[in-house]
Amino acid sequence: MMNNEMSVSAAKSAVKNPTIETTGLNFYYGNFLGLKNVNLKIHEKKVTAFIGPSGCGKSTLLRTFNRMYDLYPGQRAEGKIMYGGRNILDQGQDVNMLRAKVGMVFQKPTPFPMSVYDNIAFGVRLYENLPKGEMDERVEWALNKAALWGEVKDKLNKSGLSLSGGQQQRLCIARGVAVKPDVLLLDEPTSALDPISTAKIEELIDELKQDYTIAIVTHNMQQAARCSDYTAYMYLGELMEFGETDQIFMNPGRKETQDYITGRFG
Amino acid sequence: MPGEHSSKQYDQDLEDIRSKVLLMGGLVESQFLAAVTCFRTGDAEQAEQVIKADDAVNRLEVSLDDTCSHLIVKRQPTANDLRTVMATIKVITDLERVGDEATKIARIAKNMHDRGTVGTLTHYETVRVIANCASEMLHDALDAFARLDQNQATRLIAQDEVIDHEFRSIMRNAITYMMEDPRTISAALDTLWVAKAIERIGDHAKNIAEYVIYVVEGKDIRHTDYASVKLEQNG
Repeated sequence: MMNNEMSVSAAKSAVKNPTIETTGLNFYYGNFLGLKNVNLKIHEKKVTAFIGPSGCGKSTLLRTFNRMYDLYPGQRAEGKIMYGGRNILDQGQDVNMLRAKVGMVFQKPTPFPMSVYDNIAFGVRLYENLPKGEMDERVEWALNKAALWGEVKDKLNKSGLSLSGGQQQRLCIARGVAVKPDVLLLDEPTSALDPISTAKIEELIDELKQDYTIAIVTHNMQQAARCSDYTAYMYLGELMEFGETDQIFMNPGRKETQDYITGRFG
Repeated sequence: MPGEHSSKQYDQDLEDIRSKVLLMGGLVESQFLAAVTCFRTGDAEQAEQVIKADDAVNRLEVSLDDTCSHLIVKRQPTANDLRTVMATIKVITDLERVGDEATKIARIAKNMHDRGTVGTLTHYETVRVIANCASEMLHDALDAFARLDQNQATRLIAQDEVIDHEFRSIMRNAITYMMEDPRTISAALDTLWVAKAIERIGDHAKNIAEYVIYVVEGKDIRHTDYASVKLEQNG
């Protein structure tokens, strides 16, 4: 009986299928060590939130998951990031394929200066050659996934920039979803949005996790508490605590975590 | 207490809640002591005061509940702060009930005075031990809550056994009296009601001690054998 209970609780907290697993991950901005020995598993089809004060490395960590940092000289990562059975930090990694599978949405909406339709189709065309009919379907599907279809179906030919901030951000999420990724990385996706748009995005996150693994960086602690399954607290480039969101917010294991989430920080 | 919040007002709000709880605890504690005293002396006037004092306790309960709701809506407390607020809301419910039990004792004292049964059956002697035990427990529970002392809280939880045991023996005693001489029934019942009220106060003190463990360790130990296991471990 005792054994049984133990194994049940162990199974609950254990990671069944990590989508991404980092081991001994260090990250350098030139000579500055931005991430220090991060060991972490991102659970499949769950939402993992990263919280911590500015400059703690949470965005940096997110950017390593699809090697976004490659675009900047002087930035490099060491260690291992296992995704799909291989270390994505290896030289031979096709970063374009990686970024199609591990999509990213930024703090400020970044629609391309083109029509709503083309904003979605643009990314798809890079990886797939779809006939017009199928492309139409894909665009509708992606906009539906991002809970935007109803609002834009009559203005698919209007510029993406003509949409409201919240709509633009959902357009970016639709663009990320359209290439059928495994993972969505959201870097403070709602910090520039009003409460209603924020609520829509949070609801969307909840829907999307049925199909995707999601990692979200947020400065809004309540947002992390509301929409994530796991929470990671980072400080000065280190992963201080990682656990189920409920546990982190009700009864964190480390005093540093508690001080941060209760607003006793610095 | 852990370090200070970045927001000083938040610290102030939490401190206000804490000191109000302790104020309420102090009121209830003296209400209980006064009730036991007038049960001993049959002082009807003092009994009346104890009954009146319950108003202040009730008002504090309502006002503290309101303060806690405001803190939740304004600050969205987390972790130990959240547990403190949750525990406070529960502690004040228990304190209010303790006030009710004290009022009950005072009412019985007043009735006994009116009927002239004070002093029958050495009525006060019967509940002296259990009353001292419960008042000590209530005091220590408030102390443990003020200092967030989980060790003191653990000891208290175990101590409730003593009160329960004492209550059972008072009951057996009263039954014997009533069987031997039916004229003692009304006085024996009065004493029994008082003993029961005191026993309940012990239970409320135990609840408060359990909330202290919840605040400090984040463990909900209600309806578990946490205290006995813990004390065994510590020898």
